[in-house]
Amino acid sequence: MRNKSRTLAATAALCALTLAAGACSGTTKDDAESDAKEQVSDATANPDAPLKKGLKIAFLPKQINNPYEQIVDEAGIEASAEFDAEAKEVGPSDAKASSQVSYINTLVQQRQDAILIAANDPNAVCGPLKTAMQQDIKVVAYDSDTAKDCRQLFINQASSEEIGRSQVRRIAEQLDHKGEIAILSATQNATNQNTWIDYMKDELKKPEYKDMELVKVAYGDDDDQKSFQETQGLLKAYPELKGIISPTTVGIAAAARYISSSDYKGEVVLNGLGTPNQMRKFIKDGTVEEFSLWDPKDLGYLGAYAAAALASGQITGKEGETFEAGRLGEYTVGKDGEVILGPPTVFDEKNIDEYDF
Amino acid sequence: MPADQPYRLRRPVKSLGTYLRWDTAVGILLIAVFLAGTSSTDGFASTGNMSAALNDTAEIALIALPMTLLVVAGQVDLSVASMLGLSSALAGSLWDAGYAFELIVPVCLLAGAAGGLLNGWLVTRVGLPPLAVTIGTLTLYRGLASVVLGDKAVAGFPDTYSQWASSTETVPGTFVPYPIALFAVLAVLAAVLLHMTGFGRSLYAIGAQEDAAWFAGIRVKRIKLALFVVSGLMASFAGIVYTLRYGSARADNGLGLELVVIASVLLGGVDFNGGKGTLGGAVAGVLLIGLLNNLLTLNDVANEIRVIVTGLLLIASVLAPRAVSALAERRNRRLAAAP
Repeated sequence: MRNKSRTLAATAALCALTLAAGACSGTTKDDAESDAKEQVSDATANPDAPLKKGLKIAFLPKQINNPYEQIVDEAGIEASAEFDAEAKEVGPSDAKASSQVSYINTLVQQRQDAILIAANDPNAVCGPLKTAMQQDIKVVAYDSDTAKDCRQLFINQASSEEIGRSQVRRIAEQLDHKGEIAILSATQNATNQNTWIDYMKDELKKPEYKDMELVKVAYGDDDDQKSFQETQGLLKAYPELKGIISPTTVGIAAAARYISSSDYKGEVVLNGLGTPNQMRKFIKDGTVEEFSLWDPKDLGYLGAYAAAALASGQITGKEGETFEAGRLGEYTVGKDGEVILGPPTVFDEKNIDEYDF
Repeated sequence: MPADQPYRLRRPVKSLGTYLRWDTAVGILLIAVFLAGTSSTDGFASTGNMSAALNDTAEIALIALPMTLLVVAGQVDLSVASMLGLSSALAGSLWDAGYAFELIVPVCLLAGAAGGLLNGWLVTRVGLPPLAVTIGTLTLYRGLASVVLGDKAVAGFPDTYSQWASSTETVPGTFVPYPIALFAVLAVLAAVLLHMTGFGRSLYAIGAQEDAAWFAGIRVKRIKLALFVVSGLMASFAGIVYTLRYGSARADNGLGLELVVIASVLLGGVDFNGGKGTLGGAVAGVLLIGLLNNLLTLNDVANEIRVIVTGLLLIASVLAPRAVSALAERRNRRLAAAP
């Protein structure tokens, strides 16, 4: 009995304390937002400055064993050789935001001239990236953006809106605008996938898609085995499912592998973003009719040139500035420091053999 | 059986183990890594890098303290990283709903204590093995975290608190970030508790021979329950530190961190079977893994190699003390057989 009453008293005391803390005005979301101030950069660009020699550039992908990002980074490293920069790729083996943070800290210690990052979480990497920028290290986000004030440029593979809407348009064509569809995405927090999915959902609201229904967004965590199992689960759970959009290279390859060896082959349409080398087999055996992707080599190439242009003082990341990106030609910095690579390429039986990546 | 005695007892025959205990060896290894890093790698010993490297281990270090006490008492809590995630998710959703941060912290801590209480209750009152219980709650708490916050990532926490947790803000005049300073204070408290009090000795007793401890009048169940509550409490506090440090509250924060914590504690020479180990060793283990990772990253060593190095060290930490005591035993037997 004595024990029980003591526990009760302690609980009551804690509750009272909690209430008291709540009653007195603490720091809330609104206070924090009003505290945040716009940072204005006062650096000026010199568009005629030559690209500096011997720049140190580091690529920090979401995870190092992601085949797509390997292609991007290798192309970026090759591009860096064109202007005599010393480029490398470092990164974690898991796609966790926290793992990227320690890499940024070490890149700052190594005194790199520019960091290119594909962010696992737009905010988690912010603190150390700001520290880097304070020490005059240029920061370029690629593939997956960080919060806007944590980098100077974002190299966007294609406008997010175009990617999202075009994937719905293409699968709708294949399905005659009828039937249930599902999405097999990467991780629940993947910045780019979530943006695309929002646009897909918006596109689906249009009247021409009234006979189509998005029944589920599944998450394969960019893990081959999990994506494979999620595909299996989707097809079992929704027997009426007609199509799957997988806007991630890991997801679409795993989904294609499952479908190709199941009864659903030829019955369920799979579309999304994939790499030609991973998907060639499934295009050839008829599992997949088409998929799309921008050329990741161009993304890495553009990223490297953009980083060099920043580090050489040609641009500062303001809207309207222009820079030369080697064989890709001239690019203009858009709103919020975005540089858009161009429209995605559609791969099908006719053109897939022209690509090797 | 020398293997079953706490480290404090003297072994019958002097062997290498008498002069060099594993936890001391880890401490020496830590100093060696630091010195090697300082001389070989630019920027390793800089205050900026030390602050960042230390702060990167903040949550692991904090959770390792109650974990050491648990493992010494023959228990283990695998749910800590999930509790960290749950606390982070709770903080995120409350912050998003407009509650004051000063209110959110006690709520999260309360949730942590409650989670620890559930672990402890299942272990002591229902009588389930801690490994099984906490594997269950590992999944349960991570699931709850996803229920609380879904797939959102909440950001924009107040600057004053984020600064406190960041590696750029340090205790004035030093390179020590605040979470690490707090850890240092707690580590001293935990060391005093474990090595200088009757309570500490009772933990060794429970870990070595639970029945004997019970017959000796130690309130075994109550102590174990308290340890689990403290573990949950610390994990939820680590969740707040993590959320502030990365500025992002997510349900999957700290995924898999429990294994790093346990690896660090074992590396520091704390015996997984209970009854042996020192807090200093565990702290050295945490710092060794942290510094080694930082040093290898600075030298652009591939992540796979870093994981292999940590794994080998861990195996060595389990193997070395056993090898030493096996040697000593063999010698004892030989001496006993001699006329």
